[in-house]
Amino acid sequence: MRRLPWRVARLAESRWENDSARTLVLEVPGWPGHLAGQHVDVRLTAEDGYSTQRSYSIAAPADGERVELTVERVPDGEVSPYLADVLEIGDEVEIRGPVGGWFVWRPDGAAPVLLVAGGSGIVPLMAMVRQRRRAGSRTPFRLLYSTRDPGRRYYAEELRRPDPGLDVTYVYTRAVPEGWSRPPGRLMLDDLAAGGWPAEFAPDSYVCGPTGFVERAADLLLSLGHDPGRVRTERFGPTGG
Amino acid sequence: MGIISRGFQGRRRGSDGRLPPGQYLVHDFPVLSAGPTPRVPLDRWEFTIDTEDGRRHRWSWQDLMKLPSETPTVDIHCVTKWSKLDTAWQGVSLDVLFEEVESAAEYALIHSYGGYTTNLPVEDLLDGKAWLAYRYDGDDLAPEHGGPARLLVPHVYFWKSAKWVRGIRLLDEDEPGFWETAGYHNYGDPWREQRYEGD
Amino acid sequence: MTDDHLDGNALAGPLREIFAVDMTAAVGRCAGCGLTGPLATLHVYGPGPGFTARCPGCEEVVLRVVRGPDAAWLDLRGAVSLRIPLTDAEPS
Repeated sequence: MRRLPWRVARLAESRWENDSARTLVLEVPGWPGHLAGQHVDVRLTAEDGYSTQRSYSIAAPADGERVELTVERVPDGEVSPYLADVLEIGDEVEIRGPVGGWFVWRPDGAAPVLLVAGGSGIVPLMAMVRQRRRAGSRTPFRLLYSTRDPGRRYYAEELRRPDPGLDVTYVYTRAVPEGWSRPPGRLMLDDLAAGGWPAEFAPDSYVCGPTGFVERAADLLLSLGHDPGRVRTERFGPTGG
Repeated sequence: MGIISRGFQGRRRGSDGRLPPGQYLVHDFPVLSAGPTPRVPLDRWEFTIDTEDGRRHRWSWQDLMKLPSETPTVDIHCVTKWSKLDTAWQGVSLDVLFEEVESAAEYALIHSYGGYTTNLPVEDLLDGKAWLAYRYDGDDLAPEHGGPARLLVPHVYFWKSAKWVRGIRLLDEDEPGFWETAGYHNYGDPWREQRYEGD
Repeated sequence: MTDDHLDGNALAGPLREIFAVDMTAAVGRCAGCGLTGPLATLHVYGPGPGFTARCPGCEEVVLRVVRGPDAAWLDLRGAVSLRIPLTDAEPS
């Protein structure tokens, strides 16, 4: 019997999402495929044998042996500055997964979907958006995406392009673009009421972000009458980068 | 061992003679916890030592403040491999607290607000090796670092220095604590790299 | 200040190393207060020195996982039972 194996992953492509977040497209021979919302463990080993690992959400649906991650550079971090600034095309890391079977969306889901992202919590939710598009799903999606300011967004170009059945609403907490009607501030009940689905539509909600954001967004959804059994949450904390 | 990632070095492992094997140096003060941070109002805070024959010694916060304090500067070593040098504390030596305690017990189970426990031989708490610390780096000890008061036993891995400490039970038989029952070493000497059970 | 806990999704990797199926969707009952829910909804503190997963209702410890270099320790003291979905043939 074989335990979940570590596989060699080679960097095939990369792109910057903003000045601190880099998307890595990894080629992973033998990759078994994955569901939107799942994550992987990434392991780095130094020449002297020292090794360390971190978890990252997968940013795109299954595509053969390709696994796409978006990594936010954490200042003074140990792993993320390497992945963001040092790893070059052709370099190798190890990954293990996919893991997680609860915070996932399957294209056969019929209920409307609300995605609520705080900061880099967009990553697994973007995998769901892309999965929906790739599968030609007609499930209506609404995405509420909270970031500090417009420059902190990921996937901005892609989310600007028309994607029938997907509505995107931004919430900025510190600085807004010129002419933006909503003043900067944290996520409010009105944001979820306007950018989400009414509770009576019985949507499946996925909330991902830092712990405080997720607690707040989930509480607001429950106060709007959403069924707690349909609100799925994923928190990430200070990972040590 | 896995494949090597080109150019990855990771945290600098120490060559400093003050770093135990396998440790690296940090300059910040990482916060690790196994549960929510307890908030203990000082007027309800107490510290107890229970002896093996059931006698309880009790100190209120005011009692503690009246006791002579020391200002140890020590190196601390976390089992998760970070070490921090020359950390400056203020607190009461456990020798002072144990002065009035009559006991022949060899083992101590330290317990905290929030339910955490850790065990040590009594001798590791005496003779200037352990403190009930309530100030760090010139300030009151912050809740995330164990305030109002934590145990400070720097010669063993830092999980033994229980945050939010509430009391000590003296025992004739050793009783493993929270991490000691989940794979971590019963004693935890950083210089012998006693991280896990069996090390 | 909020306590920066994670949630049970963070246990997916550590538990998948031990179990043959995904455990984050397994539904457990808290031995402390009887609350039931998927392991993914537990409040999780960690990773170091180990993962401590607590009931979101009563904050009692439901399970702990410690990974050493050549062994893992699993403590399920606070889970009365786990209902583990076994029909899912998809990757996990």
